[in-house]
Amino acid sequence: MDSPEESRDLCQKAGYTFTFLSDPKLNAISQYDLVHKGQGENGRDIARPAEFLIDSSGTVRWRMLTENYWVRARPEQILDAAKALR
Amino acid sequence: MWAGFVLSIFAFLSYPLIFVNWAVTRDFPWANLFFFVVAAGLLFIGVRRAFAPNRRRVSKIVAAIVATLSALLLGMFIFTAFVAARWLPASAGAPQVGQAAPEFNLVDITGRAASLSGLRSQPINGKPAKGVLLIFYRGYW
Repeated sequence: MDSPEESRDLCQKAGYTFTFLSDPKLNAISQYDLVHKGQGENGRDIARPAEFLIDSSGTVRWRMLTENYWVRARPEQILDAAKALR
Repeated sequence: MWAGFVLSIFAFLSYPLIFVNWAVTRDFPWANLFFFVVAAGLLFIGVRRAFAPNRRRVSKIVAAIVATLSALLLGMFIFTAFVAARWLPASAGAPQVGQAAPEFNLVDITGRAASLSGLRSQPINGKPAKGVLLIFYRGYW
């Protein structure tokens, strides 16, 4: 939901080098059915946290839809799932 | 008793300010619950002292209020951690394992267009990508 400029500031401060995308109109968030209405800043809609591992043919191979938004996928879980991708 | 009250406030605030930074204390807030338990012990001792027969009425009233406030802090913390954090939409439409991931067209931080099919086929260090890890990070409480 952050604009590209807001994300760019965050990336520069944090030193992230991976691809950061902006979805201010919640387009992708809606397509993946992750819209959480009214829970963002100032009552805006926000995404519920989720991670998807997609292979090179576009098929979902692993996903993590947390039941508690305090709990997210750990790096080890994602790396294990990624190793299974050939 | 006052130490117990201050510790309750610390137990409550230290989650977003301190313990959220490590997964082990973030996923299950055992550090905060530990501080709440110690605070409860201190409050119990303090409140019992305030209710001793030779103490003035004012200290009993203050003790009751402080203990109630601390209990409210604990209640709010437990509610937020274990109940409110689970209030998530059903997301039945989210792609399952084995389904095709929906195509998207978004913009990266430099303003360039990025699509799922584009990211999937983009080589990394000259080698074809094995896949795409898509993270919806929410980015807010």
